[in-house]
Amino acid sequence: MIAVVLVVAAMNPVNIDHVRIDIQEIKRKVKEIVVISGKGGTGKTSIVASFASLAQNAVLADCDVDAADLHLVLDPHIKRSQDFYGGKKAYIDPEKCTGCGMCVEMCRFEAIIEDGKLKNQDSNIYKIDPIGCEGCGVCAYFCPVTAITMEPQKNGKLFISEMRYGPMVHAKLGIAEENTGKLVALVRENAREIARKEGADYIIVDGPPGVGCPVISSITGADIILIVTEPTVSGLSDLKRVEKLARHFNIPATVCINKWDINPSISEKICDYCDKHQIRVLGKIRYDNAFTKAQIMKATIPEYTSGYLADEIKSVWGRLQQQLIELPSAIQ
Amino acid sequence: MKIAVASGKGGTGKTTVAVNLACLMAESSDHICYVDCDVEEPNGHLFLKPSITRQWTVSIPFPSVDDRLCDGCGKCKEICQQNAITVINGKVLVFPELCNGCGGCSLVCPQEAIREIPKEIGKAMAGHAGELGFISGRLNVGEPMAVPVIRDVKKAITDNVEAIIDAPPGTTCPMIEAVRQVDYVLLVTEPTPFGLNDLKIAVDTMSKLDLPHAVIINRAGSGDESVKDFCLDRNIPVVTEIPDDRRVAELYSQGKIIYKSLPRFKEYFEDILRAINDKRRERG
Repeated sequence: MIAVVLVVAAMNPVNIDHVRIDIQEIKRKVKEIVVISGKGGTGKTSIVASFASLAQNAVLADCDVDAADLHLVLDPHIKRSQDFYGGKKAYIDPEKCTGCGMCVEMCRFEAIIEDGKLKNQDSNIYKIDPIGCEGCGVCAYFCPVTAITMEPQKNGKLFISEMRYGPMVHAKLGIAEENTGKLVALVRENAREIARKEGADYIIVDGPPGVGCPVISSITGADIILIVTEPTVSGLSDLKRVEKLARHFNIPATVCINKWDINPSISEKICDYCDKHQIRVLGKIRYDNAFTKAQIMKATIPEYTSGYLADEIKSVWGRLQQQLIELPSAIQ
Repeated sequence: MKIAVASGKGGTGKTTVAVNLACLMAESSDHICYVDCDVEEPNGHLFLKPSITRQWTVSIPFPSVDDRLCDGCGKCKEICQQNAITVINGKVLVFPELCNGCGGCSLVCPQEAIREIPKEIGKAMAGHAGELGFISGRLNVGEPMAVPVIRDVKKAITDNVEAIIDAPPGTTCPMIEAVRQVDYVLLVTEPTPFGLNDLKIAVDTMSKLDLPHAVIINRAGSGDESVKDFCLDRNIPVVTEIPDDRRVAELYSQGKIIYKSLPRFKEYFEDILRAINDKRRERG
């Protein structure tokens, strides 16, 4: 790819400066690596924490905001925190509600429930079920007596922290709160800002499981995805879906097989699948209780052991860096 | 009765518990149904290998604007809380991925220029694996919203069955939709710091939703005692502790039902069954 660009540039001297500037930009540009898995419990967070201790000059971002665990290993010191208001929910003023029932009819989310009877009358008054309310505002817009208002909701908290290997951005979603996707976007936005300011080389993102809203919010616009998978029938099935998601959003994906020796024949199948879809398998990590033991000691794998397990993770990290250099997207 | 198998942390063994439990229950009743609500990454079928007898698409309504009627007034953009509609140079643009199908835009449009058309976001299917009923959903890859698919899957549960609902990981909207209005939630965890941290969030979520719940400790012995201490401290029943065993991990990797290959493990699922029966009696 570089060669092609340079050939074109050589033919047109006006473009040479342009290309040179671009390359400078690329060198400066922080690379965003997102680690996801589709299936939960494949070892994402332990691997991300290990990368933190291997990378020089990285900003860590925990985007698994409803089950955030990265802080348990990296033990960040919170420097700044801010409330996160992600959306609104409807509120019915019981003094104003006449019980006409128009809101019940219009709500698509079955989020309006009866709340006793109107004084001295037979008709019901209503209240909002906050769990069901999606904050669409339709009820408030159409209420004939303007008894419904949309109230901003504090959905969680954002933390800007410092841990032993550098800056870390993380968050905590409130219990049974919504707007995960927006909170994930906020975490990434802050991580990018810090990375730019501090001239970091990498942003390493610990992503959530699944393929839905928070995962999409975690990967869009990233430079590379590392899928941590495991050789189980579920792991393979989930890998295929998450790889399809990466392709859908046009983000280069790479794979790392954790616990590969639990089922060598499925590990083989994963490699075949990746080969067929031109996805690089960056390494295999064996099944080892050291993952759990390191976690209990609040240590990353390379901190906990200098044995083969640390070597396997180091080689995945090394290849991942190499991949970032080789990827065509890196020079676009 | 509807029983949900959930967890905060992913990969703790929800599906293992749900499929083994469903199979065990189906040995003595023909009114058991396994329901896979982990529609982002559904895996129950890999273990139960059901025959599917019915499949249907799950769609949500999203707006389609008739340019001939639209005068670009922007009322639709104003009401849309999802930012799924924008108006540029008097022309309405819709971003279907952001739309949650609330219908506000079509209701508010003074020109009646907005019609709602169904947009497929996933699939649902039903069938059986031997005596065991089977329902499952699958979100189309690239679609962000799992909740409508879960809602559709749960609607397919008939009144005459006992449902074992395999919930998605986490504690946000998809998990909440899966456990909404169930009778009993079994939270599967593992005895590790990550397991404990996410269990605490899951327990708080259950309390907020006012749902009766109990804990199952999977891979017992692999970590520390902190999960047990937490349950003791918070007075949350621990239904069973499934010991850590590499053979279980290997059987799981092959898509096998654990207790059928390792009969010694049957007792742990019998413990769970007993807890469910106790709960049923308690409810009367």
